[in-house]
Amino acid sequence: MSSKVRPMIDELKNGKWPSYIKEIEKSAADGNATHASQCTALLDLLEDSFNEKRPHWKHGGIVGVRSYGGGVIGRYTDNPEKYPEVTEFHTLRINQPSGWFYKSDDIRTLCDIWEKHGSGLTNFHGATGDIVFLGTTTEHLQPCFNDLSEAGWDLGGSGSDLRTPSCCVGPGRCEYACFDSLDLCYNLTQTYQTELHRPMWPYKSKIKISACPNDCVASQARADISIIGKWRDAIIVDQAEVAKYADAGLDIENLVCGYCPTACCSYDAEKKEINIDNANCTKCMHCINAMPKALHVGQEKGATIMLGGKATIVQSAFLSWVIVPFMKLDKEDDYQELKDFLEKVWEWWDENAKVRERLGELIYRKGMAEFLKAVELDPIPQMVKHPRENPYYFWYPEDFNGGDK
Amino acid sequence: MIAQFAPTDIGPPHYWDKMPEMCQKNYGKWQYHEYEKIGVMKHVGPEGALYTVRVGSPRLLSTVTLRWFAELADKYCDGHLRFTSRHNVEFLLVDHANIDPLVETLEAAGWPVGGTGKSLKNLIHTQGWVHCHSSATDASGTVKAVMDDLYEYFKRDDLPAKLKISMACCLNMCGAVHCSDIAFVGVHRKIPRVDDAGVANSCEIPNVVASCPNAAIRPNPKAKSVIINEEKCMYCGNCFSVCPSLPIADPENDGIAVFVGGKVSTTRKGPAFSKLVIPYIPNEPPRWDSLVKAIRNLVEVWVENARPGERYGEWIERIGWEKFFEMTGLEFTDKHIDDFTFSVKTFRTNAQFKFTE
Repeated sequence: MSSKVRPMIDELKNGKWPSYIKEIEKSAADGNATHASQCTALLDLLEDSFNEKRPHWKHGGIVGVRSYGGGVIGRYTDNPEKYPEVTEFHTLRINQPSGWFYKSDDIRTLCDIWEKHGSGLTNFHGATGDIVFLGTTTEHLQPCFNDLSEAGWDLGGSGSDLRTPSCCVGPGRCEYACFDSLDLCYNLTQTYQTELHRPMWPYKSKIKISACPNDCVASQARADISIIGKWRDAIIVDQAEVAKYADAGLDIENLVCGYCPTACCSYDAEKKEINIDNANCTKCMHCINAMPKALHVGQEKGATIMLGGKATIVQSAFLSWVIVPFMKLDKEDDYQELKDFLEKVWEWWDENAKVRERLGELIYRKGMAEFLKAVELDPIPQMVKHPRENPYYFWYPEDFNGGDK
Repeated sequence: MIAQFAPTDIGPPHYWDKMPEMCQKNYGKWQYHEYEKIGVMKHVGPEGALYTVRVGSPRLLSTVTLRWFAELADKYCDGHLRFTSRHNVEFLLVDHANIDPLVETLEAAGWPVGGTGKSLKNLIHTQGWVHCHSSATDASGTVKAVMDDLYEYFKRDDLPAKLKISMACCLNMCGAVHCSDIAFVGVHRKIPRVDDAGVANSCEIPNVVASCPNAAIRPNPKAKSVIINEEKCMYCGNCFSVCPSLPIADPENDGIAVFVGGKVSTTRKGPAFSKLVIPYIPNEPPRWDSLVKAIRNLVEVWVENARPGERYGEWIERIGWEKFFEMTGLEFTDKHIDDFTFSVKTFRTNAQFKFTE
């Protein structure tokens, strides 16, 4: 490790929050000569970026491993003369286990492989959910993949393919889980390995799975396919625990019932009891979050399937829209109902979308009605905030005379 | 040389064996959770309790640190740990007596335990200058500067509600920053430069034209390139994403925009997009002083004025945006009024509003 002074980024070694500059220095000083040269070059490059206020990377070229089209992001510096050690500095995405659970030996295995084949730098995790191995050369990609595969790990998605599905901790550590998010994530990932590894679609397609409406993986904001846990029946109330919350000083009237969006929750201060008008409850989770010991999600559990979520580019950001208000997600049936539905959605999108058009943008361009016909769903009021406010709608031949043309 | 190829399409390892035994025994049967103290959660099921120690991480980790985490997991947690969607490390343990020694070890080495309940959560962010070609600002550097400054809020859970701050280094937004309590995003302010020869050689013109949200790009058949209409371009950089010969990075004019009031969960009135409050803050490495000051102001005004239980956007919805600009002292400009595709619904159609100074 050089003792070179880099005034800009050295400043970021100060302060209380853990320093990523120190992390890069740790890899530079871990005794591996390749790590030292790559990480030192990265630090020099970063210092220049800080001084010049611009990145020093180029668009990725196409690099990868045999038989896959995704999982590796090609990365090259724009100034290989100055930073030859990071001329090639590619990223590998490694498919994380459901819920990001690891044993210490898994971490060591991944470290062993990455120290042998790359810079020693990682992201735990990338935004999509994969483990990210940050920085290696083209010649190391296949051997690194081989070692990963031998150890039981596989690459995630990138490019115009199914991106690595991810899910919340679900029934592994959460009482709110309305279905087995960990199992569903694993099952879908295994079922759609071809779609995940071989980009053949108009653009990316993301699945994110949250086992309750709290949506801990931000599914609705960024997944084309948002699977969000939901129960249909009554919230389970333990009045003795309600009384304990009251005795402990929780302002149930204002902080629990007062925030109920449908005013279906009321509190009897004398009896220290909560009453919920379940027919008018929209399952928002607020009261349950506020009193997890006293209130519990119901027993008839499943998920709402929402579609179209994405970030800003191109047409604007979309939050996923309610398409299937409730699906049971039957484990015994290998989630066949969901898979049949997903395959219809993907087929329509694949056939109709332009290059780089996300599912939500296509539905917006073609109209929700056309989409619903394609996936054979009847329109229902749960799909909209309110009906249209204009009189501009189409009539089709099948609307007249029992479908006569 | 004969290449050797390992099996493909094996998928990720199964999660079951990765979980602590307590998670297996209570699987799907968890009853409730509570907070032992900041950064330490207790989840209870019929088979017993699991403790989680949540640790803030910069996301970019060396294998040196990962191996140390593995050692700690062995020493205190029967080898079990997990990570969260916001880049935290979580140590999972059953023996209550191990909590304090673990927390002390982590804290002594500079790894903050916190981020649970009504606290500032760890920032999610993108790659920035560490690894990305399209970044308009740095990601890890800005996040480090902001978290150093807001450190206290990661360590206290008496805020009005949880506070999620997110960062993306360009409008591609690799992460859900557009639905965060506070989001800061790298932005450009000048149109891309067209390298005609490069476009002719390496870019597909129809894709470049289609990549523009504002129809500002038209073909330039003579040069086998494109022409960008300066009056229509709003610098999103999507054309650069599909065509490297339209560079948009501009050290003097790139910077950061700040949005507030978004959330993702269904709770109460449901998810919402974040809205623009600061159109531009210049890039000021290494400490981004203006950005750090601006974010602190946004946090402090909310902490002082929101009612218990009000997320950032819920607080603003109650008081009104005109009041928000007054209370934060932020300037309201032409940039704040939407003129993109879905703008009309954002104009005020009700003569109810508050007069502000």
